[in-house]
Amino acid sequence: MSNHAVNIAHKHRDDIGARMGMWLFLFTELLLFGGLFLIYAVYRHEYIAQFRVAAMELNTTIGALNTIILLTSSLTVALSIAALQKGNRMLSILLLIMTNILAFAFMINKYFEWSSKIHHGIYPGSEHLLNLPNGQILFYGLYYIMTGLHGLHVIIGLVFLTTVLAFIITGSVNKDNYVKLENAGLYWHLVDLIWIFLFPLFYLIQ
Amino acid sequence: MANGTIAISEKSFFEEGTTKQASGILSWLLSTDHKRIGIMYLFAIAIFFFTGAILGVLMRLELIAPGRTIMDAQTYNTIFTLHGVIMIFLFIVPGIPAVFGNFFLPLQLGAKDVAFPRLNLLSFWIYLVGAILVLISLFVKGGPIDTGWTFYMPYSVRTTTNVSLAIFAAFVLGFSSILTGLNFVTTVHRLRAPGMTFFKMPLFVWSTYATAWIQIIATPVIGITILLVMLERYFGVGIFDPALGGDPILFQHMFWIYSHPAVYIMILPAMGVVSEIIPTFARRTIFGYRAIAMSSLAIAFIGYLVWAHHMFTSGMSDTAAIIFSFLTFLVALPSAIKVFNWVATLYKGSIDPQPPFLWVMNFIFLFTIGGLTGLVLGTLVTNIHVHDTYFVVAHFHYVMFGGTGTIFFAALYYWFPKMSGKMYNLKLAKINAALFFIAFNTLYFPKFILGYMGMPRRYYDYLPEFADLQLISTIGSWIMLLTIILIFYNFVSAMINGKKAEANPWGGVTLEWHIPSPPPLENFDEIPTVTHEPYDFSQLKTMKYIPKGESYE
Ligand code: HEM
Ligand SMILES: [Cu+2]
Repeated sequence: MSNHAVNIAHKHRDDIGARMGMWLFLFTELLLFGGLFLIYAVYRHEYIAQFRVAAMELNTTIGALNTIILLTSSLTVALSIAALQKGNRMLSILLLIMTNILAFAFMINKYFEWSSKIHHGIYPGSEHLLNLPNGQILFYGLYYIMTGLHGLHVIIGLVFLTTVLAFIITGSVNKDNYVKLENAGLYWHLVDLIWIFLFPLFYLIQ
Repeated sequence: MANGTIAISEKSFFEEGTTKQASGILSWLLSTDHKRIGIMYLFAIAIFFFTGAILGVLMRLELIAPGRTIMDAQTYNTIFTLHGVIMIFLFIVPGIPAVFGNFFLPLQLGAKDVAFPRLNLLSFWIYLVGAILVLISLFVKGGPIDTGWTFYMPYSVRTTTNVSLAIFAAFVLGFSSILTGLNFVTTVHRLRAPGMTFFKMPLFVWSTYATAWIQIIATPVIGITILLVMLERYFGVGIFDPALGGDPILFQHMFWIYSHPAVYIMILPAMGVVSEIIPTFARRTIFGYRAIAMSSLAIAFIGYLVWAHHMFTSGMSDTAAIIFSFLTFLVALPSAIKVFNWVATLYKGSIDPQPPFLWVMNFIFLFTIGGLTGLVLGTLVTNIHVHDTYFVVAHFHYVMFGGTGTIFFAALYYWFPKMSGKMYNLKLAKINAALFFIAFNTLYFPKFILGYMGMPRRYYDYLPEFADLQLISTIGSWIMLLTIILIFYNFVSAMINGKKAEANPWGGVTLEWHIPSPPPLENFDEIPTVTHEPYDFSQLKTMKYIPKGESYE
């Protein structure tokens, strides 16, 4: 066997494999949040009334706005993938930039939401919170942890999307090789999906 | 093309690297070659194992006689925690998959590398970072963690030691484990050589595959649990803190939902290695191949459902306790299937008692004791009696050390010639195996009796009536230390001036024995086409490398 053939075989690209790896990874992310959902379920069951009271304090409008923002961004990233597949590179880049802007907007909203809560003295370990009944302490504990962890994932997603954006611009992600963009999109859909669960659990069930 | 005629290039992976330079430290640290990565894990893990063993021996020294001997109580607490953390998170969980999985999974599949070579390197680095964080936690302000490796709440939020850092290290290590797991699953699905159906995969591949799934599914749960403990410590969130309405028992559930399946992350790969070694040294195809393969998956699956047997005394409903006890018994079935199949394979085999085989015999003996005493612990009434006593300590050492630890050595004795191209001293290796057997039972068997008599675990001091057995156990720890040093000596001296190993010293027939020792960088010049069952010894006749002195007519 000549060496030449070996080298070609080695450069072999495996898109299905890459996608599979990403799905498996997303699965672990789901389980990570799954643990939190489990804890949420346990405590909600234990402190039904107090959870309800605490949830009243949350700003449903901001929550709803953020839901719309994330859903839209999921759409733009999906369109961006489609555009690249069709060979429309400029449109793909544009849509990806839009996704990034929306993600950014989400974080800004989150920032205002959190800081107004903190301003009112509601944050883990605060005196105000410690004087509330246990169920409310737990509600806010979970609120900060779960939306915080989700926020962290938004930031990771932003970095991921931006990296792929750079790849599209330099041309290494292109019409014939777009699995990286697809994977970034998958990741972004997951972030969106988790938010869709967080939103009713914290903002809507009152 | 049959397995027997695989084209080969001459240079080994030691001489040719994936980085620009072929030698030098960076050619290793930055290498994406699965074989080099496996060897780097081996070095790291050997060092941690040795450290952990020294800590164990120090504990035993303290326990040689009642009262204070060489350290104070707080030091003892930190030492048993560190011993546990190192042995569990740095040695036994990553051990076989990271070292032998990395090295041999692609070889046994007929692949050139794992599916994501760069991710593989990243996993190694994440592992190292985790290990370094554990080390740092020893020296920074606050002092080493003293919670025990289970980090039980609420003590782990109250103590002033460096819990956060140590626990974060465990999180990082878990991340590395997840990445390795998803790499292996993808590798098995995507990179099997042509002709290698799932039921033509070697059993080590099967068990690593099942393990990889557990790594993927269970580890995130401990990840989040650990993060929550950190957040509790920093911000007083209250999730598990009873003072704020949280539930410490919930922590135990979350902890064991991972850590029980983790027991199978530890043992399944070992069982896979046993299923490789036994056919090779019995010169006989394995009995019940499919049963063994499927029992790995069964163990992985049932293993998820039994976590609460660690909590029989923490306050659970009786119904729950009975269900978990029953499920625990159920796991014994697939394990027993394996043991019976191994024994059936040996029956009428022409056994060649080389060192790897002797270590497997050690394993079967020790693991059987570990497994049977596991039933004592799984039974509710007897559990109440021996819960958190030395009986448990004896049981898990028999399972983890006697089971997985022993097989770690067996795997090393089996595959060392392939990995290094050097042969070790066979006679010394046989003496080692015997010495290990003596050391192990002297060290741990008295603990069963101690536990039955009521000696609690994790105690720094004890009543005078336990003194004799404790002394015997401590003497056992010295023999154990000697054994470990001899093992190290044997491999290190083989590496320095061992004689050259044959490509197939034991007469194995799985794909790794079809290529030279050590293997070339790309493993196979041409991806082999698999035509035989994995343990079909009729291949030996046509294989390129037949062990010396054997003719297969
Ligand atoms: C030279 C070998 C070893 C010696 C002398 C040794 C000795 C000990 C001793 C004295 C304890 C404390 C028991 C107690 O008070 O509860 C202990 C605990 C433990 N050992 Fe070992 N051990 C050795 C090897 C291993 C290995 C190879 C493993 C893992 C595979 C291991 C895992 C553990 C664990 C998980 C604990 C529990 C720590 C805790 O309760 O936090 N040990 N060992
Ligand atoms: Cu268990």
